[in-house]
Amino acid sequence: MEIGLVHYLFVAAALFTIGCFGIFANAKNVIIILMSIELILLSVNINLVAFSSFLGNIEGQIFAMMVLTVAAAEAAVGLAILVTYFRNRGNIAVEDINQMRG
Amino acid sequence: MLAAIAFYVLAAVAVISAFAVIAARNPVHSVLFLILTFFTAAGLFVLMGAEFLAMLLVVVYVGAVAVLFLFVVMMLDVDFVELKQGFLQYMPIGGLIALALLAELGLVAGAAMATPQRAPLALGEGEAAITNAEAIGQVLYTDYLLVFQLAGLVLFVAMIGAIVLTLRRRPGVKKQDIAAQVGRKRSEGVELKDVRPGQGLG
Repeated sequence: MEIGLVHYLFVAAALFTIGCFGIFANAKNVIIILMSIELILLSVNINLVAFSSFLGNIEGQIFAMMVLTVAAAEAAVGLAILVTYFRNRGNIAVEDINQMRG
Repeated sequence: MLAAIAFYVLAAVAVISAFAVIAARNPVHSVLFLILTFFTAAGLFVLMGAEFLAMLLVVVYVGAVAVLFLFVVMMLDVDFVELKQGFLQYMPIGGLIALALLAELGLVAGAAMATPQRAPLALGEGEAAITNAEAIGQVLYTDYLLVFQLAGLVLFVAMIGAIVLTLRRRPGVKKQDIAAQVGRKRSEGVELKDVRPGQGLG
């Protein structure tokens, strides 16, 4: 059976859904939420590369690289915020993070 | 045929390990499953003919991001069992949204399946076949130069941000302070005492 564009889109859709579900299911654990965001960005990358490959246009892969860049930057800053928060509060429970509420 | 088998194996491993990321009790296991997901995604990229991006995924995600996650998980002394408590509490709304998302995305992909598809075009088919990395390099440094520079800027800002956020000034630790060192006055360092003969410093 020929593997087409749609097969890759289904994989990406499954990963995206799992990522979104992970944000809700682990609503207390910031680290798992960050990992879920990485999963979502990975599924977006799979979509971009699949379209780039099946439409014969290299530009999708350029944008997948940009998504990769943003994902790396986001992970670095997110984890830095997490470490700082843990240092100040001693835990990382999400529901206690309301100090900046007006 | 072999490509189809490879695709199905990789896709199944990717989806299962992605689910294990959010379901694992131990966050260290979550990170390890995340690494597995990235590796299988890299395999899918290779199947699609994007070798350069596959290697980039392994180097950047597995080599940098996942290890960063691993460091943070291991360094933070958090009771993760307690954090797992609300797993069932948010399950209904999470499941509802996940189902709606999956239905929508499946509908889109199903509609795409129903429409006749073009045969996959091999990149650089007309010319002498060039590699994937070559094809990316040809446009990345010409048409997308500004985007490339912007990506570098984003990484630079993120690096500075991460350093500034985690830098800690601890009191009571001896550290070189260049400004204080250079700005020292003679009056702070040297004191003249009038010592009487035969008495010494009191």
